[in-house]
Amino acid sequence: MTTTSTHTDVVQGTSTKRWRFPAHVAVFLGPALLIYTVFMVYPLLDSLRLSLFSDEGAFVGLSNFRELLPGGSLSSSFWNALGNNFIFFAFHFLVQNPVGLLLAVLLTSHLMKRGRGTYRTLIFSPTVLSVVIVGFIWQLILSPLWGVVSTPLLGLTSTALPTLSLMSVWQFVGIPMMFFYAVLVGIPPDLIEAARVDGASGWKIFWKIIFPLLLPMLGIISIITYIANLNAFDLIYSVQGALAGPEFSTDIMGTLFYRSFFGFQLQAGSTAMGATVATAMFIVILLGVLVYLFGWAKRVETYEL
Amino acid sequence: MKRTFKWMIALVAVLLIAAACSSDDSSDTTATTAAGGDETTTTVAAESGETVELVIESWRNDDLAIWEDTIIPAFEAENPNIKVTFAPTAPAEYNAVLGGRLEGGTAGDLITCRPFDASLDLFEAGQLADITDLPGMENFSSVAQSAWITDDGTQKFCVPMASVIHGFIYNADAFAEVGVEVPTTEDEFFAALDTIKADGSYDALAMGTADQWEAATMGFQNIGPNYWMGETGRIGLIEGTEKLTDQQYVDTYTTLAKWADYMPDGFEAIAYPDSQALFTLGGAAIYPAGSWEIGLFNEQADFAMGAFKPPVKAAGDTCYISDHTDIALGLNAASPNADAAKTFLSWVASPEFASMYANSLPGFFSLSNHEVTMDDPLAQEFLSWRGECESTIRNSYQILSRGEPNLENELWAVSATVINATATPEAGTAILQEGLEAWYPPQQSG
Repeated sequence: MTTTSTHTDVVQGTSTKRWRFPAHVAVFLGPALLIYTVFMVYPLLDSLRLSLFSDEGAFVGLSNFRELLPGGSLSSSFWNALGNNFIFFAFHFLVQNPVGLLLAVLLTSHLMKRGRGTYRTLIFSPTVLSVVIVGFIWQLILSPLWGVVSTPLLGLTSTALPTLSLMSVWQFVGIPMMFFYAVLVGIPPDLIEAARVDGASGWKIFWKIIFPLLLPMLGIISIITYIANLNAFDLIYSVQGALAGPEFSTDIMGTLFYRSFFGFQLQAGSTAMGATVATAMFIVILLGVLVYLFGWAKRVETYEL
Repeated sequence: MKRTFKWMIALVAVLLIAAACSSDDSSDTTATTAAGGDETTTTVAAESGETVELVIESWRNDDLAIWEDTIIPAFEAENPNIKVTFAPTAPAEYNAVLGGRLEGGTAGDLITCRPFDASLDLFEAGQLADITDLPGMENFSSVAQSAWITDDGTQKFCVPMASVIHGFIYNADAFAEVGVEVPTTEDEFFAALDTIKADGSYDALAMGTADQWEAATMGFQNIGPNYWMGETGRIGLIEGTEKLTDQQYVDTYTTLAKWADYMPDGFEAIAYPDSQALFTLGGAAIYPAGSWEIGLFNEQADFAMGAFKPPVKAAGDTCYISDHTDIALGLNAASPNADAAKTFLSWVASPEFASMYANSLPGFFSLSNHEVTMDDPLAQEFLSWRGECESTIRNSYQILSRGEPNLENELWAVSATVINATATPEAGTAILQEGLEAWYPPQQSG
């Protein structure tokens, strides 16, 4: 009944060309749109605008960005930071996803008879902790003076960034775990039973049935992780400080942005260069998201269950 | 259905980026809005004409109790119609927050001044008032005023309050136990370190390089003046007659690199609070220090402490110390209570304030010419070096950190690198010189 009536409405609307904007939509969307525009969209656009001006307010076009390219004053810091950002992301992608998936599979497995809720909560709980607390706890655990390892993991250029990445993985592994868990519990048991009846092994069931169903979620998790990692700042800042030592080996775009925009110690802050670094971050993230949308989301098959 | 799902992903993704990116910008808006509040009360008080309320901006939140219990009551007793409020901000945020408040017109009447360019920029932007003719300014030597004066030396904008002196604080009980004497020359210093290391009950030097600034500030700027002969070297760098690759700077780093052997295991990951705790818990014999540590150490350490100045090359050499101008107080050019604020500033220049401030904050030494005696023996020891040695300030602070790459930041990174032995002293100084030559004309000629 309902379907028919809507159908006729639409037909009438298009035929008479007097479609009226539904006022209640504006009422529902209005407040959120307003707040979002004032506090998110406007600052973002204004920051893009600032990157085209000098600190004195003169329009300089793209010449701020020249400083980020080879030969410019911020070039080595910028590319170092960008590279570190990608290493940071690679660790998350390669460690967080498999571990999260493994935990989710264990949580849904028949082997796990009880305590499912407890484990789920425990593994997820670091995610809700403040990054400052996570950083501080790990700093103490890894301290050569008071901690459990004598190697200065956070003090060597070779180990500092991997250590910080793994600290972050430890904190956030609960998120992919929950996402995967949600997909896994949503897979109808008859699919698996049917495969089993057909004689498929557990390994085959996982790769042929479960994994394809997980793929769209893997994409979403990866893009969320990518955006979060490229915007990361707090963990590095709280553990290594704004100079992201040793020797800038843990410097990422977030800390570089902080130093450029607010200045550091005797270094004066520069609104223009800060906005330029922020814009560069935006562009890098945007490119990543585009790659995801057109390179992945369009190709991967989504199944209706 | 498939399409809708994809669009949802796209929408979520775009919203997420927008949200993530714009959060960077919103922070300074919040800083400015959060700054409001104090100002309204001030203006109301000024209009009523009776009591004037002054607000002091500062990064010294550690000193809140001393200002509220000692300094401000003493001033208010003499000036009953002026009420003073000390309103500090966290040190790391001070420059950014103060900038926001001055722009927004909500800053306090009195501004605690960072040394050199941070304050000079505020003065040139018209945000700090010219106080060259303020009664009391004659009580300060030109070295004391050097940090808060225009480059041509004609206008002054902050009343110098305090300096910090570098040196070494040692655990006197540990020295007695291990049987080492207080060193005065470099050979004695390393001999003492060897003895302590061989004894094994204490870490010889309580320092780490994780935070980088200790390596530069407590290492390089501490022992360096003996190598580059204090002001001679500092001014030589500014005028371009000396280079950071010169022998004296390489030698400083060569000596500093030797410290690594005496620092605790894993010092690369030991942060500033770790080394403080290591020393005050009695785990280390010598702490490369700045005098600002005295207050905390007196409170936390339950052993006898002493101090010695940076050791000289050979006995009898002239000694140089880093007596760094650190804190001053200036007048907000937009303050509606300028007269009352000037009364306060003149009082800050008085002998009464000098003695009160120095004694309530042992380790922050008055910069005025008034004779101040310190009750704290450790602080008195530091202060006594002013009479024996030539004073200088940290060489990266005046002019040389104006450009990019910034010399101070580079010194942090390079000093830590040299101690970590991932760069040689020669390679380290080459990086510093290259950075300076990139933007500083007097260094570019040769």
